[in-house]
Amino acid sequence: MTKKIASLVFTLIVMIVLYTFYKGLKIEVNYNTSDLINKKIESFSIKSFNENSLFSEEDLKKNNFSLINFWASWCVPCRLEHENLMKLKELSNLKIIGVNYKDIKKNASEYLVDLGNPYNVLLIDTDGKQSVNFGIYGIPESILINSELMVLKKYIGPLMDKDLLEIKKEINK
Amino acid sequence: MLSYFGNSLLILNVFITLLILYFSSSFLTSNVKFDYKIVKRLILSQLSITVVSFFTLLFAFIITDLSIISVYSYSHESKPIFYKIAGTWGNHEGSLMLWVLILVVFSFLFYLFNNQNLRFRNLTLFFQNILILGFSIFLLVNSNPFEMIQPTPVEGLGLNPILQDPALAIHPPLLYLGFVGSSIYFSAAMASLISGYRGKNFASSIKSWIIFSWAFQTLGIIVGSIWAYYELGWGGFWFWDPVENASLMPWFAMAALAHSVIILERRESLYSWVIILCLLTFILSVTGTFLVRSGILNSVHTFASDSDRGIYILSFLCIMILSSFLIFLKKFPISDKPIENSNKGIFILTNNWFMVFYLITVLIGTIYPIFTEVFFETKISVGPPYYNLLIIPVLIPFLVLMAIGPETTWNKNSFLKFKKLIAVIISAVFINLFLYLVLKSFSVLTNLIVISSLFLIIYTLIDLLDYFKKGSSYKLPRTTAHLGFGLLILFIGLNHNLSEEYDFNLKVGEIKILDNYEIDFNNLELQDEINYKSLVGKFNIKTLNTNKIRSLNPEIRIYSKPETITYEASIKTNLLHDYFLTMSNIGDGDIYNIKFQRKPLMMWIWISAFLISLGGILRLFNKT
Repeated sequence: MTKKIASLVFTLIVMIVLYTFYKGLKIEVNYNTSDLINKKIESFSIKSFNENSLFSEEDLKKNNFSLINFWASWCVPCRLEHENLMKLKELSNLKIIGVNYKDIKKNASEYLVDLGNPYNVLLIDTDGKQSVNFGIYGIPESILINSELMVLKKYIGPLMDKDLLEIKKEINK
Repeated sequence: MLSYFGNSLLILNVFITLLILYFSSSFLTSNVKFDYKIVKRLILSQLSITVVSFFTLLFAFIITDLSIISVYSYSHESKPIFYKIAGTWGNHEGSLMLWVLILVVFSFLFYLFNNQNLRFRNLTLFFQNILILGFSIFLLVNSNPFEMIQPTPVEGLGLNPILQDPALAIHPPLLYLGFVGSSIYFSAAMASLISGYRGKNFASSIKSWIIFSWAFQTLGIIVGSIWAYYELGWGGFWFWDPVENASLMPWFAMAALAHSVIILERRESLYSWVIILCLLTFILSVTGTFLVRSGILNSVHTFASDSDRGIYILSFLCIMILSSFLIFLKKFPISDKPIENSNKGIFILTNNWFMVFYLITVLIGTIYPIFTEVFFETKISVGPPYYNLLIIPVLIPFLVLMAIGPETTWNKNSFLKFKKLIAVIISAVFINLFLYLVLKSFSVLTNLIVISSLFLIIYTLIDLLDYFKKGSSYKLPRTTAHLGFGLLILFIGLNHNLSEEYDFNLKVGEIKILDNYEIDFNNLELQDEINYKSLVGKFNIKTLNTNKIRSLNPEIRIYSKPETITYEASIKTNLLHDYFLTMSNIGDGDIYNIKFQRKPLMMWIWISAFLISLGGILRLFNKT
């Protein structure tokens, strides 16, 4: 009898643990940023790259649509999406805000000289602390928001051609 | 080219493993009375194929064959040859290849050296080959190290710079000898349950494997800690990181097993418990692999995470646990000799309870965050306070019992020598008092830890002296390991309480005075190395009361392949202290954040940890 109960309890515990592991696998360990969609972004203030001023969510209200793009010169996939960012620059109702993330300023400037500057506003987050508020885990990452500061789309990883189409569709609705 | 070659070897290997399974499975039911000649040939070819496929991969890394994805992703033409070689197992696929290699080599060795019982030997081979099959298919289908990339890239992405380090290059192979070594006694335990090959003989056949895997697990953990100490640049050496825990959990099980197997060998009791530990150790090893490779936990070790891999290992784990449990249940209850009639037996069992307690503590701490996330959707991380709270106080009785335990005999009517006991306690208290007066004040708990570890140290030293007098060599391995453990706890305790740490910002050319130190940020140099650029800070640190000047040169390295910044600590080690300096750039200015630490007895922490492992290695050469 005790043998039966003990083995039942053991099997149950093992099952629960394995089930939890299984469920755990399904959870994004990285920030699950999809919950941020359709939510308002939190207030922030990030230093400007070139001037000694701060940029906050108030500044974003002026734009119809803003794409906040987190990048760094050391980030290889960022180079991949750069061309697409340059294409997005041509859209009139979209402003691109670049946040230079955990980077060395000199390298960042050289990077933009080499590849072109797609950003309407350029900000700098040297220690990466401000970017955490946006749920940034790795870069590149981009967030599309409207003038009400609502997050419309969130892109983890480089912006690909299909993302470009999606952004265009979103801002021309 | 190499890719095709490697892949065909992997496929061939799966077939041969299936053949071995086919032949050895006949031992499951009937009592086959002869060895199949072909089995020997099969395992020999399995061994050669696996060795060749491993060396093919190694060769691909050495010549940087970029048509293979794993070479492209983790290597680069410009890397020093040593790291090209180490790159072979510096990634998920390659390390799994190493894992399979060790599985196969061990399987071969076990077969070679165990010929007392035909059925037991062949069944062990059978179960071992189930494991080999599982991991080989995983290797082939899901984590193929020979996978091709089209078109062939021009240059590789390079090995993560923080992995480009000698300690880390040898850390995985050492640890795998431990992890995978436990597969042998997992298989042997299953074979023993089915074949009825039990008691003393069974214990003798797995004992060396237990000690071997435990000794290498210990070494692997130490080397990993040393790496963390100087490479991660935080000045700590143990972070209770999930992956560190994953290597520690089987270690506890192995340590428990290394003790209880003695009872089985001498007294033929505790058979069921030994079997449970045998099964548990390898299950914990695979659980650890799961936690590390699936990306379910985030840590400094996280390999590229991939939930498919996780599901594969998880299913494998599930099958392993359930089938071993079912077989165990079928054979239970197993008639076992009672343990009551022996003092030593009781002490050894007590050791096991402590080990199980530590094991459960670490297990809960490691997987608790997964539970909270799955069921309550909250992210938490269990940190050092939890472990310190549960583990440190329990260490006190543990250390004391560890000293007294070996003194007892198998005979029930033996008593401890009270004079010796009292003498040792008094001297431990006195030394502690001395330390307390000479150094600084520390807490009650620290006092108790220091006293109990001194108690163990003195006790084992007396034993060691005995060895040198009488030459009773069977004591040497045990005393070495126990002495190492006592010293380790003592030095960690002292180190923890006497470390000094300063954190401040400094510009080039500035001097900062802190308590007893004058820190002079003399110069900053830019150096070009083969695969990185380096910003080297030249610091002179003067100890004011002795006027001794030490120059320390921490670096900020910018690696090109892949582009990464690492912070290299500069460490000046002597017998008593480590001087530890790191610098990091803040913002774009010329101000640097400096962290200066003076950490006592670091060298001795490593030495005592090595002593523990040495104890195990000595036991391998010293069979009694």
